Amino acid sequence: MGPILRIEKLEKSFGGVTAVDGIDFEVNPHQIKALIGPNGAGKTTIFNLISGIYPITSGTIRFKGQKINGLKSYVIAEKGVSRTFQNVQLFENMSVLENVMVGRHCRTRSGLFAAILNSKKTRAEEKRIREYSLEMLSFVGLEAKRDEVASSLVFQQQKLLEFARALATEPELILLDEPVAGLSVPETDEMVQLIYRIREIGITILLVEHDMGMVMEVSEEVVVLNSGQVIAEGTPRQVQNNEAVITAYLGKRETENASYTKS
Amino acid sequence: MAMPLGLGNSYYLNVLVFVGIHSLITIGLSLLMGYAGQISLGQAAFFGLGAYTSGILSTKFGVSPWLALLAAIFVTGGIAFLIGAPALKLKGHYLAMATLAFGYIVYIIFNQASSLTGGPSGFGQIPRFKLGNFLFKTDVHYYYLVWILVIIALLISLNITHSRVGRALRSIHAGELTANVMGVNTAKYKIQIFVLSAVYASVAGSLYAHFITFLNPSPFGFHFSIVLVTMVVVGGVASVWGAMIGAALLTILPEYLRAFQDYDILIYGSILLLIMVFLPKGLFVGIFDLVKKRKNR
Repeated sequence: MGPILRIEKLEKSFGGVTAVDGIDFEVNPHQIKALIGPNGAGKTTIFNLISGIYPITSGTIRFKGQKINGLKSYVIAEKGVSRTFQNVQLFENMSVLENVMVGRHCRTRSGLFAAILNSKKTRAEEKRIREYSLEMLSFVGLEAKRDEVASSLVFQQQKLLEFARALATEPELILLDEPVAGLSVPETDEMVQLIYRIREIGITILLVEHDMGMVMEVSEEVVVLNSGQVIAEGTPRQVQNNEAVITAYLGKRETENASYTKS
Repeated sequence: MAMPLGLGNSYYLNVLVFVGIHSLITIGLSLLMGYAGQISLGQAAFFGLGAYTSGILSTKFGVSPWLALLAAIFVTGGIAFLIGAPALKLKGHYLAMATLAFGYIVYIIFNQASSLTGGPSGFGQIPRFKLGNFLFKTDVHYYYLVWILVIIALLISLNITHSRVGRALRSIHAGELTANVMGVNTAKYKIQIFVLSAVYASVAGSLYAHFITFLNPSPFGFHFSIVLVTMVVVGGVASVWGAMIGAALLTILPEYLRAFQDYDILIYGSILLLIMVFLPKGLFVGIFDLVKKRKNR
């Protein structure tokens, strides 16, 4: 089986600024892979390109061998790519359950006329949407909060709700944008366990994260970006010992800098 | 509402017919504004397009008023689709400006296309609705006809708000980009609900034309579009019931305020201002909240 996601020569510029500068990498099925890099390296931009929020400048993005760049976001979701957001993006004034039910939208059909007539078939579908969504809520452990307004949840619960909503779309690939940012150490552990459980049900995971402890623990492979380019790729151990990576994160050795300023 | 005869007075009945006609428009507009989160400052134009299509077809081409009402739905809905497809790509103030401009263009056409519309002075002798041998001619007849349609519109709207589509609309309101990424075809639902709200306004327009039996452009201008938006906001933008309450208040209030003669606009404005200051979520939700507060005391 080939890679579930293949990114080739991907480029994105905003006006004159090149945010993503010719990137290649692959994600294999059932893998947990991480994209890391300093702020502004282009990680979130890559997520936004994969989920069709911005049009790409050049290159290709293939999902299960099929080109998905140029497709609308909702079509990409239908194909089986879902995501969470760096700054939690819930439908704030809707209930917890309704948020997840919106995630179920792309797997169901009843349109405007079906809604107006409200036939038996439509009501049966609505019931299935509700049941599936409740299952997703209990998967992340939020079933007790189902009727609360999404914005009333505490931060960790809001993150879990985003997971449940993404899972309701029945994704094969899920993009997690900083899943543990802002969480305490025990909360991070819980989130890591949830990520393992998501992988267990057959979903491939690509994540962006700044918490290096967490990244090195969960990821099988890591892609390191700097200034829109891939500077290293490999297992967490390989990447940690890579000279280019150390330079990107920590800067050059003091002696080199010193000799530079003297000359 | 149930027994108009109890009111006895034909003048009040006439006002209630107008409350119904305005409710039809605001119920549709509240779906667009309160649920989908899109604004239209051109809703009076759709009301006018319904009225003029119905009026012209029945008066100048001898089409039955019922068929004319149906034809008006297709004409108005079609125009709404053509306008909405590009306009709904705009957001916030820009969408407001685009729909406002559309409303103004339609108003100019009503004034200028004299051979069809009779220009600023309009045209009359529009036939009334007929059911077999029964002619809808009194205010009582129209009261029932209009309010039956309001109830149908209300049931349709409530079904939509409680459905998968209604949930999609609310997700668009809460975060259009997120909704899209989560698999909601946001463009499709925005245009559908825009067309539906135009169709509601068109039906209201046809009822108006065959009730008043005379049309001129002045009720269909920019001012009335603003009044419609105000009705929805004052009633409570997040509920179709609020839309009806707003329509009732803003239709009935000016009638009562006539007693104050020159001061009526001043009092009217003050009442709206007070409602928005003290009940910013609108009358429907606001009154509920007030009752709750009382109970909790």
